[in-house]
Amino acid sequence: MFRFLQNSPHALELFYAGTAKALSPFRKALTKGGRMERLFVHFEKWTKGSMFDCRMCGQCVLHSTGMTCPMTCPKELRNGPCGGVRPDGYCEVLPDKPCVWTQAWHRSQQMPLYGQEILHLLAPVNRRLKDSSAWINSLHPETLHPPAGWQQ
Amino acid sequence: MRSGSRLEQALRAGRFAVTAELSPPDSADPEAVYERAKVIASACDAMNATDASGAHVHMSSVGMCALLTRAGYETVMQVSCRDRNRIAIQGDLLGASAMGVRNVLCLTGDGVQAGDQPEAKPVFDLDSMTLLRTACILRDKSMFLSGRKIDVAPKLFLGAAENPFAPPYDFRPYRLQKKWEAGADFIQTQYCFDIPRLRQFMAKVRELGVHEKVFILVGVGPVRTAKSAEWMRANVPGVWIPDEIIDRLKKGGKGEGKRLCVEIIQQIREIKGVAGIHIMAYKQEEMVPEIVAEAGLPLRHAGDGTLDVPCQLHSGD
Repeated sequence: MFRFLQNSPHALELFYAGTAKALSPFRKALTKGGRMERLFVHFEKWTKGSMFDCRMCGQCVLHSTGMTCPMTCPKELRNGPCGGVRPDGYCEVLPDKPCVWTQAWHRSQQMPLYGQEILHLLAPVNRRLKDSSAWINSLHPETLHPPAGWQQ
Repeated sequence: MRSGSRLEQALRAGRFAVTAELSPPDSADPEAVYERAKVIASACDAMNATDASGAHVHMSSVGMCALLTRAGYETVMQVSCRDRNRIAIQGDLLGASAMGVRNVLCLTGDGVQAGDQPEAKPVFDLDSMTLLRTACILRDKSMFLSGRKIDVAPKLFLGAAENPFAPPYDFRPYRLQKKWEAGADFIQTQYCFDIPRLRQFMAKVRELGVHEKVFILVGVGPVRTAKSAEWMRANVPGVWIPDEIIDRLKKGGKGEGKRLCVEIIQQIREIKGVAGIHIMAYKQEEMVPEIVAEAGLPLRHAGDGTLDVPCQLHSGD
């Protein structure tokens, strides 16, 4: 519905930075497992779903991936494109869809704030966070910690 | 030295390395593996055991490596994220090292739709980058991803794949750098049929200085006919063959595929920053020694000692 907004990655990264700041004072009120989280989950499903085709992985990295949801890649790649991208820039698995990562790379070039993040290595997905609120999780960094072996 | 791998030794000594892909058999007969291994062993430093490439079931890379390592062959075990989650993969890496596998190639893997069982569930729990880092954690920190200690860490020379011939072209050198950061020691690329594109890619890689951090082996291979080249271009994920090459194959007739492959190798050798080649001669293993010889590369040994070893071992089983 609002998919066209993805083509304004700079506006989206500003919005992202603003939201992160606006939510941080409410850290104590917005806890995991509460009623507020259920509300947030519905809200995120609706907003991010219509904008990014969000898959509710619960650990949003949109600003690291050119404001393009990496979980919509059929291989759920979060660290760059696979080697199968077609010469026309379309997906290996879904030939009628443009590759998520060609779009992510292109959009990240238009993001002065977070554009460089696409070059950084991201940890494996924590599958337990599926269908939880990424916004509330981001207020509680301990939920987003990568596995112990990865950190040290 | 990170692994004691002979491939690593060759690369660190500055020798132009050759690896070759061993087509896995659709068979439970170990002889099917040894027959093909024997053919390519004299021409490569290590042979790649593929992990259900193109999402087609064949003998597993773990199974092939079990056979090859006990016969003294140097192997590169390919591990793909398509079919196994992080628990299975970490166990396989320990097992591989215990068997004597010293080189592992970490891959994301082709999508299941590319194979003959597209109804299968794609796993993709890790991706090639997180798999690389995971293998690196096992080796360097002697622990699993969870942080749990490993008594004896696996000794592995870690490889990753890159495809300079697929979009987004300007991202590819950065992706290579990212793979180095994730832990890659060497890189094997997809088939190269487009030398200008490879030169462009390598120029950027040299600018980033990545060629000094990882050993880059460029993928090559003989194509039988123009028709098979067209088929590969349309059906094998990530393979790019320019029209000029297909025209040349049409005009050239028999043997043109091999001549082309030799020429491409010679051109690749001229490119600064390339450490070797990776020959993928699917079901044409007999061509590998000829290609290596015709390209003017010295023959070598991916097998320890004599080539008769595997058969003796096998007959004793």
